[in-house]
Amino acid sequence: MYLSREQERMLEGEEGEVVERMFRLLVRLGDLYGADRMIPVSSCQVSGVSYKSVGDPGLEFLEDLAEKGARVRVRTALNPAGLDLEEWREMGFPEDFAAKQLRILEAFRKLGAEPTVTCTPYLAGVVPSRGEHLAWSESSAVAFSNSVLGARTNREGGPSALAAAICGLTPRYGLHLEENRRPTVLVEVEGELEGPWDFGALGYWAGREVGGEIPHFRGIKKAGTDELKALGAAMAASGAVALFHVEGITPEADPEKTRGLERVRAGREEIRRSYELLTTGEEPELVVLGCPHASPEELSRAASLLEKRGKRPVWICTSRRVKEEASRSGLRRKVEEAGGRLVADTCAVVSPLERLGFKTVGVDSAKAAHYLPGLCGVKVVFSSPEKLLGGRK
Amino acid sequence: MRGRTVNPGKARGEALVSRSPLSFYGGVDPKTGMVVERGHELEGKCVKGKILVFPRGKGSTVGSYVIYALKKNGAAPLAVVNEETEPIVAAGVILADIPCVDRVDLSLLETGDLVEVDADRGRVEVLKRRWEPFP
Repeated sequence: MYLSREQERMLEGEEGEVVERMFRLLVRLGDLYGADRMIPVSSCQVSGVSYKSVGDPGLEFLEDLAEKGARVRVRTALNPAGLDLEEWREMGFPEDFAAKQLRILEAFRKLGAEPTVTCTPYLAGVVPSRGEHLAWSESSAVAFSNSVLGARTNREGGPSALAAAICGLTPRYGLHLEENRRPTVLVEVEGELEGPWDFGALGYWAGREVGGEIPHFRGIKKAGTDELKALGAAMAASGAVALFHVEGITPEADPEKTRGLERVRAGREEIRRSYELLTTGEEPELVVLGCPHASPEELSRAASLLEKRGKRPVWICTSRRVKEEASRSGLRRKVEEAGGRLVADTCAVVSPLERLGFKTVGVDSAKAAHYLPGLCGVKVVFSSPEKLLGGRK
Repeated sequence: MRGRTVNPGKARGEALVSRSPLSFYGGVDPKTGMVVERGHELEGKCVKGKILVFPRGKGSTVGSYVIYALKKNGAAPLAVVNEETEPIVAAGVILADIPCVDRVDLSLLETGDLVEVDADRGRVEVLKRRWEPFP
């Protein structure tokens, strides 16, 4: 790989031990994936923020970097943490967990990252435009920024995104290159999709079907931010999809490029099967909405539904920014009056849910349904918010 | 067998082979190395001290930190062999300094085989088949 003189100096340690170590990681990855050179990134988004995800080794790694004086060189957002940073006490989060979590965030603050801890930075002020090069790592945010915004990022690991932030660079390969963004499989969708939950169910099936391919969806008549967010999140969880195209909707979808591609078909039957496959429990004690973090529209829909819910605790997970807006608009009060809770900065998947005593959780997200049994040891009911919050039982 | 060096180093040990992709985040317990993904063919098996063989990674990008954590906790595999090492697993093995080779025909490897990985030269060699009683 070509390195500029300045970059060679980084590799030789002239900018300190941390830059050297992090740049070495980028160079080795670049060599591995056939990058010709490094390119500057406009923003980074780093995963591995929850103490539950990274544990003590991650905490020590980050504190070590911060202590050695490392600083990010570009705008850097963070993935969700393991708790609501302002209300974790009221919510019953364990003190020992919180102490470690706050240390992780302090290390990130020293590194110069923004206090935006969300899986939806694009709904919280970090909105790249088409063609911008990024190093993002939250898999659902990678899918969204590539597919819906037309920005360019590979599916980074937490460390490689952090390395890119510290070096301001990423190796040029994979989805940074035009020629690698063409669809590789055509997914023909039949029938109606009801809402983001159905898009999640479709995405869950599609991710399992296509793995790491670039699917081009045909037959989806309408899809907004929330639907595309759910579709990408599910495919990134069940497969390794980092880019998808939806004909007539996403910016790089070009029907011309689908000629000769392998075709797969999906309809109500595939969607029904996803619900069936992901549902492992019966009666949820807790309903968690907002995976990925709820948009203002999703929040408002949930608030309306909450007025008719039964006696179950409900969490709606979202970004701090959306929660603060909801506090001002009165949506938050509406949710709380109906017995629900707006949870910011975290989500069920990365929080220590199992330590809060829940056994069965209801979710409207295929991604959450996929991860919760393994990560939190709970049973899951995957359904629409309407059904989850519907009537008294 | 000859493959590609993902991260240099040498190791020798017993192979633990998965025919399906593996997710480290949520799929492998970083403290013990146990595979915990529900329904995964390696569920209940432990990656610690093994030559871990799987076609490719899948799932969340936190996987890199989990690989790093496995190493710190002494629960890491001795080496990793893939069909194709995707970036999440690659960053993990480079950071944790675990020997790793990819672009290898995994159908030639079986759980229980005694395998030598020379990642410096991108080589993977079966020293003894599981079903061979004695060398």
